[in-house]
Amino acid sequence: MHFIPNLLFALLLVVGVSIFVKNIQKIIRNIKLGKAIDRTDNTDKRWKNMLLVAIGQSKMVIRPLSGILHIIVYAGFIIINIEVIEILIDGLLGTHRIFRFAGTFYTVLIGSFEILAFLVFISVIIFWMRRMVVRLPRFWNKEMTSWPRNDALNILYFEMVLMSLFIIMNATDMAFQQLNSGNPISQFIAPLFSNFSVETHHFIERTAWWIHVIGIFIFLNYLYYSKHLHILLAFPNTYFADLNPKGQLDNLESVTNEVKLMMDPNANPYAAPADDASPSKFGASDVTDLNWIQLMNAYTCTECGRCTSVCPANITGKELSPRAIMMKTRDRMEEVGKIIDQKGSFENDGKQLLNDYITPEELWACTSCNACVEACPVNINPLSIIIDMRRFLVMEQSAAPQELNVMMTNIENNGAPWQYSQMDRLNWKDE
Amino acid sequence: MNVPTMAEMMAQGKQPEVLFWVGCAGSYDDRAKKITRAFVKILNEAKVEFAVLGTEESCSGDPAKRAGNEFLFQMQAMTNIEILNAYEIKKIVTACPHCYNTLKNEYPQLGGKYEVVHHTELLQSLINEGRLKIEGGFFKGHRITFHDPCYLGRANDVYEAPRELLEKMEVELVEMNRCKSNGLCCGAGGAQMFKEAEKGNNEIFIERTNEALATKSTIIATGCPFCNTMITDGVKNANKENEVQVLDIAEMIVSANKL
Ligand code: SF4
Ligand code: SF4
Repeated sequence: MHFIPNLLFALLLVVGVSIFVKNIQKIIRNIKLGKAIDRTDNTDKRWKNMLLVAIGQSKMVIRPLSGILHIIVYAGFIIINIEVIEILIDGLLGTHRIFRFAGTFYTVLIGSFEILAFLVFISVIIFWMRRMVVRLPRFWNKEMTSWPRNDALNILYFEMVLMSLFIIMNATDMAFQQLNSGNPISQFIAPLFSNFSVETHHFIERTAWWIHVIGIFIFLNYLYYSKHLHILLAFPNTYFADLNPKGQLDNLESVTNEVKLMMDPNANPYAAPADDASPSKFGASDVTDLNWIQLMNAYTCTECGRCTSVCPANITGKELSPRAIMMKTRDRMEEVGKIIDQKGSFENDGKQLLNDYITPEELWACTSCNACVEACPVNINPLSIIIDMRRFLVMEQSAAPQELNVMMTNIENNGAPWQYSQMDRLNWKDE
Repeated sequence: MNVPTMAEMMAQGKQPEVLFWVGCAGSYDDRAKKITRAFVKILNEAKVEFAVLGTEESCSGDPAKRAGNEFLFQMQAMTNIEILNAYEIKKIVTACPHCYNTLKNEYPQLGGKYEVVHHTELLQSLINEGRLKIEGGFFKGHRITFHDPCYLGRANDVYEAPRELLEKMEVELVEMNRCKSNGLCCGAGGAQMFKEAEKGNNEIFIERTNEALATKSTIIATGCPFCNTMITDGVKNANKENEVQVLDIAEMIVSANKL
């Protein structure tokens, strides 16, 4: 019967991984609801960006305290996961610390994991305090309702528990402690258990091991529901990020074609539209009108609020928060995804991103200053969604604020946003 | 003031070294017109062969595009591109970061490919080439802060040109807390200039101006006609218009060089 744990472990592995794969497929499907956009150019620059921003966390350290703590947690997370390889093999084969044959190399490795785990633990506590004791305003904005707040805390608790289990597991592994090498942290925890019998030691060690393993699988499948998805999506997101100068907005090609036609004196205005001229919708009123990068942005958002904390509109009390733009886009995408799950394809549910999630008031508060884009540690562009939604409001619904309509009429009539004659353009030189 | 138009140049069979794109604010707004004239004075002083489009210039389309009216933007862009290309324009300078950004980044795709520089960049290269000299002295020791226009700074990563010009004037440059890539918007961009702000608890221009005033500078320098308007309003709002001036870098150079 001693192979039961191996079987149990294998079962856990299969279930855990298959749910994870299913979730990933769902994310990919939902992202693909977005329109095509080509970002295959400039691969060198893109790899460099990913290396710098996602792996190097270059934009995180602009705020040094949270940046450095985040690097510790992130490095800890990745490096300690090397230990997971051993866990996998041990679990499947029923071995115990299979890599121990590596001798000093092994103990040095485990020793550094322990130190990292300890540092991660401390960092996570500081993170928790920033949220719950210091109460940094950006973690308590309006869009940080109970779920986003709890989500962030859940992850911190997860980390705390996982790190503690790792240390406890080492501390109660008597054979490992007797090596007295590779246990720089757990050696201080081990004495806590010194009154316990060998069996109890073993029991605690096994329990810690199992909870650790189960914890990892839960964590893996929690990602889908969490802002923590960024640990995966930060990589493609920074790779595919816009490389153009931030000030550059895309020029809608569908509009170019129509404008060319309008300006071409030889074009026959009554000619039937060309076959490929599908009646396109201008701008975005729902997630399916956005492109897949914008949707991937929404899934990648860490809800850190760095964007919102530098947004001039938000700072001065306007409804707009660039973080909320991303969160609402994700929420709506999830909703659309659920409909597809249930019905096989998307059916109109009488809702859309515009109005039901993002209001025109938010959209019209933006100054297009790019502060949010600059601040985002994972290269998300909330402004591009705002502009696409304004385009829908103006070009499909003629629903611009009245003063903007006046401005646009002026440009149309006299080539300036104010009511001056174009013939007076050079008057300044003689004044 | 010597301001040749492209049409006149063409008639004489001449091609200017650079086209000065004046922009709507620079053409019509009373405050911005002063900046336009100041810049022309410097161009004349440095003997730069330039021309303007004059009545053939039309709005770059920036406010329309940022308001979401891509149609109007592209109509403006294509009309302008037709004229610019007809004159075989190669290089454009403008004192408006919004025109600068649009001409530089959004026109090429529509067939308008030019070298576009902001006036502070052109002035800096004139200095580097030895064609222009800035006299120190006039502003020597003045506490001055520089407000980064979003469309020059973050949008196009131009932070140094205006600062180097200020340095040449021997000012004491005091940065605001939020400066350069972290600079706070004046509140005018994205077509906000032409509408009331949405509901909130403060005006962006007041927030920004107060930050500038906190540096205890006597001059708030900038390089954008719209920022200039917003911050001038902010200074008035704080009843500081007698103590603090809002000036474009070009205007400061005119004073420094006593042009
Ligand atoms: S671009 Fe718009 S949303 Fe982003 S920071 Fe500026 S005002 Fe806020
Ligand atoms: S968009 Fe970027 S900066 Fe804003 S909350 Fe999301 S991850 Fe943070």
